[in-house]
Amino acid sequence: MLSYTTYDPLTEYVLRCADNNLILGHRISEWCGHGPVLEQDIALTNMALDLLGQSRMYLKYAAELIGHNETEDSLAFLRDAMQFRNSLLVEQPNGDFAHTIIRSLIFDSFHYFFTEQLMQSNDKRLADIATKSLKEITYHRKFSSEWTIRLGDGTEESNKRMQTAIDDLWRYKGELLSPDELDMEMLEKGIGVDLNKIEPLVDNHLSDMLNRATLQIPQAEFMQKGGKQGLHSEHLGYILAELQFMQRAYPGLNW
Amino acid sequence: MVTTTDKKIKHPEIWEILEKVKDPEIPVISVVDLGIIRAVVKENGKVIITITPTYSGCPAMSVIRLEVTTALLDEGYQNIEIVTVLHPAWTTKWMSEKGKKALREYGIAPPLDDQADEIELFGEMPAIQCPHCGSMNTKMTNKFGSTPCKSLHQCQDCLEPFDYFKCH
Repeated sequence: MLSYTTYDPLTEYVLRCADNNLILGHRISEWCGHGPVLEQDIALTNMALDLLGQSRMYLKYAAELIGHNETEDSLAFLRDAMQFRNSLLVEQPNGDFAHTIIRSLIFDSFHYFFTEQLMQSNDKRLADIATKSLKEITYHRKFSSEWTIRLGDGTEESNKRMQTAIDDLWRYKGELLSPDELDMEMLEKGIGVDLNKIEPLVDNHLSDMLNRATLQIPQAEFMQKGGKQGLHSEHLGYILAELQFMQRAYPGLNW
Repeated sequence: MVTTTDKKIKHPEIWEILEKVKDPEIPVISVVDLGIIRAVVKENGKVIITITPTYSGCPAMSVIRLEVTTALLDEGYQNIEIVTVLHPAWTTKWMSEKGKKALREYGIAPPLDDQADEIELFGEMPAIQCPHCGSMNTKMTNKFGSTPCKSLHQCQDCLEPFDYFKCH
């Protein structure tokens, strides 16, 4: 048994998928009404909606696996930060538009190849959710890739901001692609994705986009980890304070 | 592949009711023509409708489930179950010709038959015909539109902006 777990391995694995989508979806939704131009405001809101929708499919599955009275809502609104299994990358603040785009570029590159592999899972439910999600993720990856190139290969100011963003966020890439005990166990069972197999695909896409964007790939070796095991940065607590406010203040509230 | 038409052979009276349920966001196209009704089964007096979502986050889905139930209740069916399935994933290929025609008349360019706008990372969008004046001289203004299923375009001849229902 893994030391940090709350649930059985499959449920933990499903929650990782769910929480990445839920937290990034929430982060991106913070742009609603604040986008740099109307078109991008709409685009970001659309992507937030896709991610929340995908998260619901995973959370519903996790709730069914847990049983009792667990629901997608109780998992989203009543777990505390230590029980969340999202990677550190997705909880990072929006920052300026460059940070938002680079965070999405790294996540979408991972999410695209991860989901493509998850379609082959011998867990039918995960495979179905992955198949449903991949078409949407294809749009997301296009969006973050195009904006990376446009802003990186843009003005002096936009290039500088993009380089700062990639330097700031690069350290959160490693966690997405480094298998831990749970990843290995799920892979052995034919349920999970082989992260070592998708790592070169993700890295190729990232270096291709960053090259086109005339941005430098950071040389830093250090990668910050912990989110997948429930060790989060302080940012997650603030996200949950907002995301969970209603159910915390008025338990069981319905609309 | 079983087409919608094949499936309608059974329980045509139910399909007729479902034809009247429109997409709440695009009120000219029925849930049948949208291709999201995957099966209609009657079992021991119970009507079971199987639905598949369009986009995973589409907020219209819960309204659609409610409206399907209400439409059947109105026609006197008491025992109704709505089942949601994810597999096979919905595609715009399941949209009927009647549905596409209704979209065009409503001012939304229907999805093209091929999937040219879907896969490529940086491919050029194929030309989308303006649903207002029929011109092919149009440009995309945003890949994302008023709902997850649409993108924004503008006609360079009549200058009208319009929505395109993306291939999915």
